[in-house]
Amino acid sequence: MARIVGIDLGTTNSLVAYMDKGTPRVIAGRHGRNMVPSVVAMTDNGLIVGDPAREHLTRSPERTVYSVKRFMGRGLADVHSELAYFPYSLTEQGGVIRIRLGEKTYSPPQISAMILKELKQRAEAHLGESITKAVITVPAYFNDSQRQATKDAGMIAGLEVLRIINEPTAASLAYGLQEKTQGTIAVYDFGGGTFDISILKLKNGIFEVLATNGDTHLGGDDLDRRLADLFVDEIRSGYGIDLGGYPDHVQAVRLEAERAKIRLSETLKTEVAIELPEARGRFTRELTRDQLESATMDIIERTLAPCRLALRDAGLTPDGIDEVVLVGGSTRMPLVRQRVEALFGKRPHCHLNPDEVVALGAAVQADILSGGTTDMLLLDVTPLSLGIETMGGVMSNLIRRNTTIPASAKEMFTTYVDGQTGVDIHILQGERELVKDNRSLARFRLKVPPLPAGVPRIEVTFLIDANGILNVTAKDMRTGQSQSIEVKPSYGLSDDEVERMIEDSFKFAAEDISARKLIEVRLDAGALISTTEKSLEEGGRLIPQSDVDAIRSAVAQLAAAKDGNDPRTIRARMADLEQAAKELTVAMVNDSLQKGLQGKKVSQIT
Amino acid sequence: MDHHHTHSTNPRELQMARSMCWHCQSEVSGEYFCERCVKVQPVSKDLDYFTCMNLPRRLTIDLPQLEAKFYELSRAFHPDFYQNKSEAEQAISLNNAATLNTAYRTLRDPIQRAEYLLDLEAGAVKEIRTSPPADLFEEILELQDTLNEFRTADRTSAAGQELRAKLQAEQRILERRKQDMEQQLQQLFADWDALQDRSEATSQARSERDRLLKQMREILSNRTYVKNIVNDLVTTIG
Repeated sequence: MARIVGIDLGTTNSLVAYMDKGTPRVIAGRHGRNMVPSVVAMTDNGLIVGDPAREHLTRSPERTVYSVKRFMGRGLADVHSELAYFPYSLTEQGGVIRIRLGEKTYSPPQISAMILKELKQRAEAHLGESITKAVITVPAYFNDSQRQATKDAGMIAGLEVLRIINEPTAASLAYGLQEKTQGTIAVYDFGGGTFDISILKLKNGIFEVLATNGDTHLGGDDLDRRLADLFVDEIRSGYGIDLGGYPDHVQAVRLEAERAKIRLSETLKTEVAIELPEARGRFTRELTRDQLESATMDIIERTLAPCRLALRDAGLTPDGIDEVVLVGGSTRMPLVRQRVEALFGKRPHCHLNPDEVVALGAAVQADILSGGTTDMLLLDVTPLSLGIETMGGVMSNLIRRNTTIPASAKEMFTTYVDGQTGVDIHILQGERELVKDNRSLARFRLKVPPLPAGVPRIEVTFLIDANGILNVTAKDMRTGQSQSIEVKPSYGLSDDEVERMIEDSFKFAAEDISARKLIEVRLDAGALISTTEKSLEEGGRLIPQSDVDAIRSAVAQLAAAKDGNDPRTIRARMADLEQAAKELTVAMVNDSLQKGLQGKKVSQIT
Repeated sequence: MDHHHTHSTNPRELQMARSMCWHCQSEVSGEYFCERCVKVQPVSKDLDYFTCMNLPRRLTIDLPQLEAKFYELSRAFHPDFYQNKSEAEQAISLNNAATLNTAYRTLRDPIQRAEYLLDLEAGAVKEIRTSPPADLFEEILELQDTLNEFRTADRTSAAGQELRAKLQAEQRILERRKQDMEQQLQQLFADWDALQDRSEATSQARSERDRLLKQMREILSNRTYVKNIVNDLVTTIG
């Protein structure tokens, strides 16, 4: 079976890992860095991803996308409150957010696909083989739409997503492999944009998730924002400058806030320095760990309520937890560690790198799927209750939250009017009683043969697969015939759209290649011009003036072509120049030969 | 839209009799795998969860044994282990795993287990009680009044605080009542299992069986009613 890689598609950073003879390993990039920043920038030479794109965050903020994971499987109304924080412009089409980059708009799965492609290429370069299959991690508390969007991103990137696996449970696989742990563990996963808590029972290689909870909009991003808002306010009151009009400076403040936060995990105080716009100098201030903690205390407290709910759903008290494992970059904050320790009454574990443990676990799951690892099995749960809309706008539960997946429920439908030919079904996810307070997943129309009211009997099966993704099938119980159902997602791309995006992605790939070609040919042209000019300087006297003029004109034409965008024209002008300079080259070779021969005997030459 | 719950989760319907392998058509003598071609077999629709988990049909069961069987069958059915298999086998694996998960969830919890077994023994007449049990009638009426008062009251006022305290006291009483019912059930479960173990076919045994069934049904439905009221209380007083 072809190799399957494990991918951690993170809010801030992404990683790819594989199983190397029983040990999961993260694949590093050319500069030895394991993490690919989850940033995509649109430049004049095409799209760029990762470290080079990160540099564009302050240079062209309106064309540089970061934290796209926050928009996966969501509509514009869901992110209304945070729109002001993003310098790029967002719109919505068909229930899916679109991000404007230059002339085009991109859906979040398309942007994520660019990050996935970067990881795919990294793995291909390292392993020396084509990679087409992957396990991708998502926050445990991701709903159906967010999971589906992640799967779509994989498809657009040319990857068959064999499994969507939850981040905290992936981490537990990596830990379990390393530590051979038994007992009940709590995985506290506080990342760049999301928070998850999962409680698992580990026994003889079975990793059984007892309960999970979380918040898909709570992470390090929120801590950075809180600090950045503080600095922006201080700059306004201290210098009378409203940074609102300077998106590049807002980004610089955000990045400096993030760096200061990271430094304060190691030290008790740090210097913050931010260049002000319009050459107004720099804003500097000292920031202490205490100040950071009091500014962000409430955000960190928000992670504790899901922990208590998960404990309750697992039927446990903190004493029932044998070990606590920390995952995600935000768990480096001392305050986070203190709060977790206080809640569970034990010191949390963190001896695997919290940035890498999820990718490592994804590689373990990939190895399980390819048949390499056979002694470990992960039994995960669905994080949210699934139901359908019933009379009076009430949600009727079909599969409760924290049910082990795969899980299925059957529901019988009939008609209440004679001759009725369809029943509309609205699928929901969430814990509230009323439809309007829950997440709309999809709608579909069940086809019913025209019969007296109550006679048709259509059995609908709702099945949540091992990816946590819903599949719906229907069967007419009178005829035994199955009917195919076209489910229209409320917040997702249609199959046709995904199909089109896959095609587009090949087109973009071609554009990317031509952009790269252009850069290469320009470099070659530049090199040719400078060597020719050097030769003219040294050997111009050896050829007639008319030849020198011809060469100079060819150089000028190539220089003009080099500023254009057509690699073929540049190549043609390069050929012209080489042709024009042929006489010069020959003359120079002869000249140097003659010089070399001077003062030597005939016998020495032959 | 009319619908009602069907309480079981059934696997892919069978194209042929359970005893014949879907793949090689030979007789299946193994538990869930054809001994000849080693293909996984769909868990039969008609198999009850006790049989599926290799447990006697009793209200008190050996929980470690249940868990061990659940893990064993998870290793046999989980879709993770069918990535390289045919589409037909993948579909069977998925449905079997879903059925197994439902079976485990149902049997693990004593109340769900009892409700399930009672349905098996006496048919599925899961009526949802909408009026309070007779001995609770007065109390529940009064509680509803207090709840309504609390919903409209200013919660920070002294009166609001007093109402909250009253509701919290009521919650404790109801929770204790629920525990009492659970204890009574425990006794009935033991009586029921003992009766099953004796497996007498006398008319006396039959009437004893009917009496136990009726009593368990009654208490189970009262317990559900009280549980819902407590949940209501918890969400209202926060």
